[in-house]
Amino acid sequence: MRRQWTSTAGIVITALLSLFLVVPVLLSVYAGLAVNYARGPSAGFTLDWVGQVWGLYADTVWRSLVVALLTLVVTLLIGVPGAYALVRKGGRFARAVEEIVTLPVAVPGLALALALILSYGGAGAFRQSTLFVVVGHVLFTLPFMMRSVIAVLETIDWRTLDEGAASLGAPAWRRFIDVILPNVRPGIVAGALTVVTLSIGEFNLTWMMHTPMTKTLPVGLADAYASMRLEIASAYTIVFLVMVIPLLIGVQLVADFTEKRTAS
Amino acid sequence: MNSRRFDFFLILPLAIFTLAFLILPVARLIAEAGSGPQGLAGFLVILTEARFRNSLIVTLLLAIVTTVATLAVATIAAQTLANRRFTGRGLLLSMLTFPLAFPGVVVGFMIILFGGRLGLVGSVTKSLVGTNVVFAYSLFGLFLGYLYFSVPRVLLTILAAAEKLDPSLVEAARSLGASPFAIQRDVVLPALFPAMYTGGALCFATAMGAFGTAFTLATNIDVVPLLIYTEFTLATNASMAAAISIALGLITWAALAIARNRAMRDVKGG
Repeated sequence: MRRQWTSTAGIVITALLSLFLVVPVLLSVYAGLAVNYARGPSAGFTLDWVGQVWGLYADTVWRSLVVALLTLVVTLLIGVPGAYALVRKGGRFARAVEEIVTLPVAVPGLALALALILSYGGAGAFRQSTLFVVVGHVLFTLPFMMRSVIAVLETIDWRTLDEGAASLGAPAWRRFIDVILPNVRPGIVAGALTVVTLSIGEFNLTWMMHTPMTKTLPVGLADAYASMRLEIASAYTIVFLVMVIPLLIGVQLVADFTEKRTAS
Repeated sequence: MNSRRFDFFLILPLAIFTLAFLILPVARLIAEAGSGPQGLAGFLVILTEARFRNSLIVTLLLAIVTTVATLAVATIAAQTLANRRFTGRGLLLSMLTFPLAFPGVVVGFMIILFGGRLGLVGSVTKSLVGTNVVFAYSLFGLFLGYLYFSVPRVLLTILAAAEKLDPSLVEAARSLGASPFAIQRDVVLPALFPAMYTGGALCFATAMGAFGTAFTLATNIDVVPLLIYTEFTLATNASMAAAISIALGLITWAALAIARNRAMRDVKGG
């Protein structure tokens, strides 16, 4: 087939776009490992910057992990039963509830953070604690967990599964735990990976809600970008990349796996 | 336990959380916005006060330009990637989607590495023509940052639609002598429209609400989210910040709602 000029143009534009997205990431990895970014690669490479970042910001890394795990636990406890309830209920009510719960995705994080601070700013201990940040993260990530679980529930025949187990005499909560949950596992796993990834990267809400004692990784990054030399800022970015890229690969593997299973 | 009571217990945690941390705070935000010195007129402050109105206009224009540019490059890239199989395709797609997980601050930093004082473009132009071209902190740098975080999500949405498009339709149109533009207009774009609405609305809403990128680039362009932040923290004017937040929230929510309804109607109609 003769190659059209339009398709050549498409390849060029796609290649430029890919470079635009990928090159800065590679630059930040390089800058975080270079002895001196401005002097170029001839100055050599070092892990000193990463070490300095660890000394300065290790607490933000641990806090981000704790916040992400707590967020995950809460979204599982609230979101999974909630998603099942909405699918069971169906109709206008379920749609309205889903619309409200999804609001935090549509509304800028800054507005939500402001609403939470105005409401709970007076509650000193809660406002000062990491839990306050967790609440913000749950608000923002819950719709993703619920959507993921609802999507799987809509593809399986949960009613027949539930009725079958009921006819064998299992009580409702046992049927939920032993029959429904194992069947929605792909949705829960995909949702969980998304929740953890989003939580680790969340900035807009967290920047407004954090206190000096509850800084997360992206908050620390903003601080480093504003006040540290380029090599340290880049090394800190490497730490962030090392945390999220395996999660992103996990999300894709789960998606591919589910696609293959439903296709066969 | 009867089924009604079971349903109640399933939804109870969600109901409590949503009531305590979403519905009540949003109600509080609305009350706060109406309690400023101007009273209920405070809700319209984003339109009545010149400084806020200008900021809204700049933010709207930036979001619209970002959306148009993102849709254009994402549609081209999606068609290029859709039916081509080449080695490293999976890796390329993964790398193109990584920025999805980057917070706005990291995107801002990527633009600094690209066009900042020590940036790539600057060092290339310096060695070629002797001037260090720096654009990261300008409106153009902000636009590139918005493009950076918008392209991956829109590309994924459109790519999914482009892969469903039957290549034989395009082939048939071509063999009938249709020009590339006619094929785009009559065959490809109508099929991609639902995905373009959804992706475009998502892109617009994200661009309107983006904070981290503008914050990192520290430009002197006051986009609306930056305005909310400065009003609240520096001017400690909570009611003003609340009023602007509500206006911004309504704009982004409406954009998403309109696009979703439109896309659904198209899918049903087609």
